[in-house]
Amino acid sequence: MADQINKIEPDGNPEIGEEKVHVFEAWCKKCGICVAFCPTGALTSDANGLPLLTYPEKCTQCGMCELRCPDFAIAVRPREKKEPKIVTTGESQ
Amino acid sequence: MPIFSEMTHKYLRAKKKFPNVWCSGCGIGTVMGAIIRAIDHLHLSRDEVVMISGIGCSSRMPVYVDFNTLHTTHGRPLAFATGVKLAKPNLKVIIVTGDGDALAIGGNHFIHACRRNIDLTTILINNSTYGMTGGQVAPTTPFMKIGTTAPYGNRERGFDISKLAMAAGAPFVARGTVYHVVQLQKLVEQAILKKGFSLVEVISQCHTLYGRLNKEGGPVEMMKWQRDHAIPISAAGKVPAEKLKDKFFTGVLWDIDFPEYCEEYDKVIALAQSLAEGEGVRVKGKERE
Repeated sequence: MADQINKIEPDGNPEIGEEKVHVFEAWCKKCGICVAFCPTGALTSDANGLPLLTYPEKCTQCGMCELRCPDFAIAVRPREKKEPKIVTTGESQ
Repeated sequence: MPIFSEMTHKYLRAKKKFPNVWCSGCGIGTVMGAIIRAIDHLHLSRDEVVMISGIGCSSRMPVYVDFNTLHTTHGRPLAFATGVKLAKPNLKVIIVTGDGDALAIGGNHFIHACRRNIDLTTILINNSTYGMTGGQVAPTTPFMKIGTTAPYGNRERGFDISKLAMAAGAPFVARGTVYHVVQLQKLVEQAILKKGFSLVEVISQCHTLYGRLNKEGGPVEMMKWQRDHAIPISAAGKVPAEKLKDKFFTGVLWDIDFPEYCEEYDKVIALAQSLAEGEGVRVKGKERE
């Protein structure tokens, strides 16, 4: 897990993982803004101040932590689009 | 909603020593993200944007972004930007400056850029102190706040930047905060699209010096202060006067139309050439791009 977090791609950018919320440990300065202003309280800090997605079921993937992060150190997966419901009217052409 | 980080990383010079130079929790990084998202949302290419800065904490921003960038002398980003815009009027020129850089050292450049109304977008990050040099009192430090050069309280009033710009003649003046980051992106977009000099004042936090000296807490507490003290300009007439103490308005404060300087200068060239041709004098006039 840790080696995956710190992985840097050849162009110098950190790799974005597959989780709902991904923290680039190498860029994070542990200021606590993302944790303090999470609207649903899904994020918590660990002992060192690093943000953790402790309650993934609470996370609505709104992206406010990503927008407020001063260090570009957190990435949120976009919401998966729901399949549109197929409404059948009974009439066929 | 797209992944912002993937988009943002396209605009960063990733090999330039990330993590960035600013203190942990400084608002300047948030402003940088908002500017990048605004530019991406307007579908501007990296080659048609010029970012110019002076000296100070906020002026470190052009180091990290992959636009045409210019890091100039103290207080003079608006002077350099005026030259860039006159030489290449098709470029979008964005100036990132701090309160000390724009109002103390470059105060004259600031008011005359407002007056001249050349098509520049100025993002003025106001953290109420001189952050880089150690927390001295800046022209924007409020009355009775502590700085390292005013340990018994600052006995001068701070500048109201937006009112100063309006009085000096800027046609577009807006104010945002680091806390209201979605609104900030929209304000930057409007400022870039505005034809003429546009100013976006961003209330930011310097918890390392200003917050520590004035016992206002860390970045989270200072951002909560911004949240509690910002009033949208749309609610200006509805809030009773006693509740407006120590508060400030956010949003687009001033938006008027006035002839833009580059277009007026093209008219000067055309007029001079037509007059010279009428008199039968050959003038070496070069068409501008």
